[in-house]
Amino acid sequence: MLNRRTLITSSMAALAVASTSCAAPSGTGGGDPANMLLADGYEPSSLNPLLGYARWGAAKFYDGLLAFDGNGRLRPALAAEQPRPSDDARTWTVRLRRGVKFHNGEPFGARDVVATYRAAIDPAYAATISSGLSMLDEVEAVDEHTVRFRLNVPYAAWPARMVMGILPASALAEAIPQERSPLNTQPVGTGPYRLAEWRRGERMVWRANRNYWGGTPRIGEITVVFATDDNTRAQRVQAGEFDGTVLPPLLAERVGGGAYRTVHHDTADYRAITLPADHPVTGDPAVRMALNLAANRSEMVDSLLGGHGEPAYTPIPPSMERFHEPEARLEFDQRRAREILEEGGWRSGSDGIRTRNGTRASFTVMYFADDTLRKKFAQAFASDAGKVGVRVELAGVDRTEAAERIGTDAIVLGGGTPLDPDPQMYPGLHSSMIGTGTYRNPAKYRNSRVDAALDAGRNTVGEAERARHYKEAQRAYVEDPGLVYLAFIQHSYVVRTGVWNGYQPVVEPHTHGTTWGPWWNVEDWTPKK
Amino acid sequence: MAGLVARRIVLAVPVLLFVSLAVFLLAAASPFDPIHQYYGVQIFDASAADVARVRQQLGLDRPVPLRFLDWLGGVLSGDLGVSRSMRRPVADVLAERLPWTLLLAGCGLALAVVFSLFVGTLAAWRQGGWLDRLITALGHALEGIPPFVVALLAIASFSLGLGWLPVAGLTDAGSALGPAQVAEHLVLPAAVLGLSQSPWLVLHVRQSLLAAFTEDHVTGARARGLRERVVVLRHALPTALLPFVTLIGARVPELVTGAVLVEEVFSWPGVASAVVTAARAADYPLLTVLTLLATAAVLLGSLLADVAAVLLDPRVSADG
Repeated sequence: MLNRRTLITSSMAALAVASTSCAAPSGTGGGDPANMLLADGYEPSSLNPLLGYARWGAAKFYDGLLAFDGNGRLRPALAAEQPRPSDDARTWTVRLRRGVKFHNGEPFGARDVVATYRAAIDPAYAATISSGLSMLDEVEAVDEHTVRFRLNVPYAAWPARMVMGILPASALAEAIPQERSPLNTQPVGTGPYRLAEWRRGERMVWRANRNYWGGTPRIGEITVVFATDDNTRAQRVQAGEFDGTVLPPLLAERVGGGAYRTVHHDTADYRAITLPADHPVTGDPAVRMALNLAANRSEMVDSLLGGHGEPAYTPIPPSMERFHEPEARLEFDQRRAREILEEGGWRSGSDGIRTRNGTRASFTVMYFADDTLRKKFAQAFASDAGKVGVRVELAGVDRTEAAERIGTDAIVLGGGTPLDPDPQMYPGLHSSMIGTGTYRNPAKYRNSRVDAALDAGRNTVGEAERARHYKEAQRAYVEDPGLVYLAFIQHSYVVRTGVWNGYQPVVEPHTHGTTWGPWWNVEDWTPKK
Repeated sequence: MAGLVARRIVLAVPVLLFVSLAVFLLAAASPFDPIHQYYGVQIFDASAADVARVRQQLGLDRPVPLRFLDWLGGVLSGDLGVSRSMRRPVADVLAERLPWTLLLAGCGLALAVVFSLFVGTLAAWRQGGWLDRLITALGHALEGIPPFVVALLAIASFSLGLGWLPVAGLTDAGSALGPAQVAEHLVLPAAVLGLSQSPWLVLHVRQSLLAAFTEDHVTGARARGLRERVVVLRHALPTALLPFVTLIGARVPELVTGAVLVEEVFSWPGVASAVVTAARAADYPLLTVLTLLATAAVLLGSLLADVAAVLLDPRVSADG
């Protein structure tokens, strides 16, 4: 349905495209290396880490105990050194960096870490990230500069939960639902930038934190302008207005060149189709395997992403090198898919749709109606399934409807973080997650080999040992797939060249925009001279 | 006069109560679950137990009548609630955005009034001439065009085509907030809002002037040999102004809807565009307050129009 809003935006876009030659003249981008002007398509609704802001790091206003180093490892940030786990991975001790100050001048110490993590799991604060910290039993200050986390289960992936931004204890003194917290609009952290101004729907200005423990950032002021329409952003970059922006891959390619460079970053951001185990069609192992072989993933990457992505067979992308199992593949083979369906008793009907004992090989795939890319993946998948005689109906839904139907209908899912394989695999595939939350193993996948390997990955502290378990989990999964993982999508950006040094590629989580992307380490950039 | 004002204020209370209750009931009947709004993307790995706890903490598990009473109690004690889409108290949202809306709507209305008085008088004066025919035709055409189309056409011609004025926003992308920037960015939205409100006013001024021309005192003035200019502006226009003032009051609802569309198209950071954001995000605390605000504006508009009419003409008696 064409509502008034889409009508307005699309006609605006049409007007904008029709007059590419005469963009609105303005902007301070490009000239001064001490200032940067970026455009973002997405505006955060809150800057509070307890409500999910910069949950996987690169928070700008905040530091976590650990930070992503860009290459799949975590390095100490507010921690003085790597956290020390007990042998059973249930107790983690962290020594903290000394001499760090919050933006408001308060010194940083153990009580701030304790207050932040306690608020995250205390129901009174109504934090939306509490479920990710369900293994946290208690956090205590050993002394002023050391904290100890006690977990209720062995959890070797705990460091991935330590990138969350630390808040000053004084800002959390009152136990209120965080929708009322001033931190939503006035962040107070220890990060390299402080918020100077935020005009909703327009722009945000970050100013360098002169007392930053990592050294004052050389780019003194960064302005982020919010412009939701991709074409508008592309056009304004072309007019030279911005120093960089995030764009869909094909548009980024078109705009890049000249003063701008186009970069595509690998991610752990997958798109997958769930196959509900309770459904008479998608619950059948023959159908599950056949659909996995029928999906032409490389074709999807080429046509939907312009080649800027990678086929996915499991949730672990090749960019998570140490944990990726290259053998765990489901090669495209529609002939074999048809054979498997025949062997499974699914016979071709007169209309080309297979049936077995009176059951038609037909099911519904839902996608969020506001997400064009997911819709395209759903369409491509439906077309491939049709080629082996399985009928896929598509349904665009909103979040509420999806939550109601997710147990019985398939859905296009997306997400991911490269920090650790556990958050990437456990909630989606472990059988103990069934029934514990709407999007936790929603298709009710059960595989005892996968369960055992994922449990072992949580219980083992040594990294090489853990990698072995996760590779085993991937191999076990592809022998009995319960979803159709389709692709890891790359995130694309354009950046102005020749003004700064310091760009370093990074493997990104699902979150992207101007906090990640080329600017994930912008505090370390230096002017080019 | 004081009686009129007091009576209207007393009447406004049940109207506002009814409107807010209606928004609450609509919210309850809508398929959107506010908990999804609160969680955002964090919902994807939230556990059902945690979601239930947060729902309880936010009071979203309570029955609608109780939630309404909670909200009402809050409003009466000065707490307007928390906006879920903006993640801050509704009072803060209003404090930040209302001035921009008042500025835009005020300029738009003033422009519409001045413009329509001028053009309407001109048309009536030259009744039947080509100017009158042109103004009347354009007026009727413009009545049928929604404000957002006017807005898009204005952007296409003055911003993209001629490059005279900025496309949208309160300031240029990188610039700080300042009077010069705001003034430059205000011109187009205020002109569009004013223009889209003016056809009714223009046609009305023309009509009541034509009626006034046939009245005895105007005929008398003409008979005394006064100059046409004096006859129109000093004798006919004042008579025509009375219904005009009432009409302006009655146009407030249109002004409110016009402001919603104009603010949205021009990314003007006022309360009217917040209505769109709130509605899309199922942000009922904010939506309720904004609906109340719009209702109050309409009631106030008609009250002021009546007060003005009573003041201008003692023969008028409002509310029978």
